[in-house]
Amino acid sequence: MKNNQLTESGHLRHFLTIEGLKKPLLTEIMDRAEQFSGITRRQVKKVPLLRGKTIVNLFFENSTRTRSTFELAAKRLSADVMNFNISTSATSKGESLLDTLHNLESMHTDMFVVRHNQSGAAEFIAQHVSPHVSVINAGDGCHAHPTQAMLDMFTIRRHKQSFPDLRVAIVGDILHSRVARSQIQALSILGVGEIRVIGPKTLLPDDCQTLGVHVYHDMEAGLEGVDVIIMLRLQLERMQGALIPSAREYFQCFGLTEEKLSYAKPDAIVMHPGPINRGVEIASTVADGPQSVILEQVTHGIAVRMAVMAMSLGAHSEQNELLA
Amino acid sequence: MKIALTQTQVRDLVEQMASAISNKLADKNPLIVGIHTGGVWVAKALVEELGSDFFDAPLGTLNIAYYRDDFTRIGMHPQVTPSDLPFSVDGRHLLLVDDVLHSGRTTRAALNEIFDYGRPASVTLAVLIERNGRELPIQPDITGKVVEVVKGQQIKLTNTSGLQLEYRIKEQAE
Repeated sequence: MKNNQLTESGHLRHFLTIEGLKKPLLTEIMDRAEQFSGITRRQVKKVPLLRGKTIVNLFFENSTRTRSTFELAAKRLSADVMNFNISTSATSKGESLLDTLHNLESMHTDMFVVRHNQSGAAEFIAQHVSPHVSVINAGDGCHAHPTQAMLDMFTIRRHKQSFPDLRVAIVGDILHSRVARSQIQALSILGVGEIRVIGPKTLLPDDCQTLGVHVYHDMEAGLEGVDVIIMLRLQLERMQGALIPSAREYFQCFGLTEEKLSYAKPDAIVMHPGPINRGVEIASTVADGPQSVILEQVTHGIAVRMAVMAMSLGAHSEQNELLA
Repeated sequence: MKIALTQTQVRDLVEQMASAISNKLADKNPLIVGIHTGGVWVAKALVEELGSDFFDAPLGTLNIAYYRDDFTRIGMHPQVTPSDLPFSVDGRHLLLVDDVLHSGRTTRAALNEIFDYGRPASVTLAVLIERNGRELPIQPDITGKVVEVVKGQQIKLTNTSGLQLEYRIKEQAE
C-alpha cells in the first residue's frame, strides 16, 4: 500500500499517522531526537538547519503544551513560526478551511502543523497543499497524534533497554483517545512484548482484540508485572455523556494511586500526555512521585518534534526531487 | 585506489604537527576539538603524540551536520554522532582539527557551531592535508602537508589498521 506521507524513496514528507510506518523510520525519528536533545545544554539553544523556512501552527483546537513545544522545536531549528488560533480567527468569519489554507500558503509557508477536532483534517490539508509543503499532524479528532506517540516511545527508550521485553499498560479512555491509538500502533511496530489496555467497558473500543492488545477492566490484574504505565486524561465531557458515573468513582476504580502502582514492577515508569487531572485519573503522590516521567515527556516533546520537522522538510531537497 | 600517504608517512606528519602545536599553544592551556569523522582520528593521534596532559580536557568532537550549507540541496545527512564538547569554550584557546581542508565550508560550519557553545579566546586550525579548491577565505594555521589534487580525483583519510591517505576517483560533484 502506498503511504502518502512518504516520498518515493521512503523519506518522511508529511507526518500524519503512525499507521503504516516501518520500524526503521520510527527508530530514525528517535535517533535524530536524541541528537537534537543535546542542543538544549548549550549556550545558544538552536541550530541553523531550517533557517529561512516558515512554519505555521494551524490550531483549530485549543492547546498550550503541544503548540508551544512545536513552536519551540521550530525555533530551535531556526525556522520562523506563525501561530494561528483558528477557532477565534477567520473561520468564525465564515472562511472555509481550504480558503484559509490557500491564503496561508500564499505567504510562502513551508510547513503546516495542524490540530483539528475532526479526524482526517491533517490528511485533508496534506492532500491540498503544494508539493513543496509538509504537514505535521498535531492531533486530529479521535484519529491520531503521532508526535505524542513518538515522544512517548522516546521516553520509554530512555528508561528501558529493549522494546520486545516490555509490558506496557495504557489506562483510561482508549475509545476516544487519538493518543492511545497512535501509541498502540507505535508500540506494536517497535515490537513491544505485551500491550495492555485497562478501562471501563464503556471507554474501550469494541475492536480491542484486533488491535493486538490484551483487555483488562481491573487495575490490579492489568498492572501486574508491567514496566510502563501510560495514564490517559479523562475528558470531562465523557462524564456528561454518562459513560462513567462520576469522577470520584472513576478514581476509585481506575485512578493510579500508590497502592495500585505497587502491582506493577518496582522500576515501572508512569507516563501521562498531560494535562493531568489530579485526583481523577492519577493521584498527586504518583504524578509527583519518583516513578513519574511526566515532565520528561514534555522536554522530550521538543526534541522529537525537531526531528520530525527536520526530516520532513529535508525530504524536499533538490537531490530527493531529482531521485523521485 | 592509490595510496597517497602510507601509515608511516601519516604518523610522521602527525609528529611534525604535534611539534608545531606545542610551539604555538604550550603556554595557552588549550582545548582540542576534532571534526567528525577524519578530524577526530587526527585529533586522537595528536593527543597521543602530545600526551593527554597537554590539553586541559578530554577531546571534544563536532558533528557539523546541522550547520551545513546544503540542507536545501541534499536534505538531512545520514545518521550522525552528535557533537560533544565536554568543556566550556568561553575564554579558552581551542585547537580545531580536521583531516582535509578543501572548500573551507566544513571549517566555516564548525566555527559557527563552536560559537553556539560560547565565545572562545582563540581558534587555531590544524589540518593533516591542505589541498587546492578553496571556496572561502579560510586558511590553516598548522598543516601536515600541502597536496595538489587533480580534477576528477579526491583524497580520503581511511582508518582500518591505522591512518592512511588514499586517492579516489571522484564519485559525484560536491
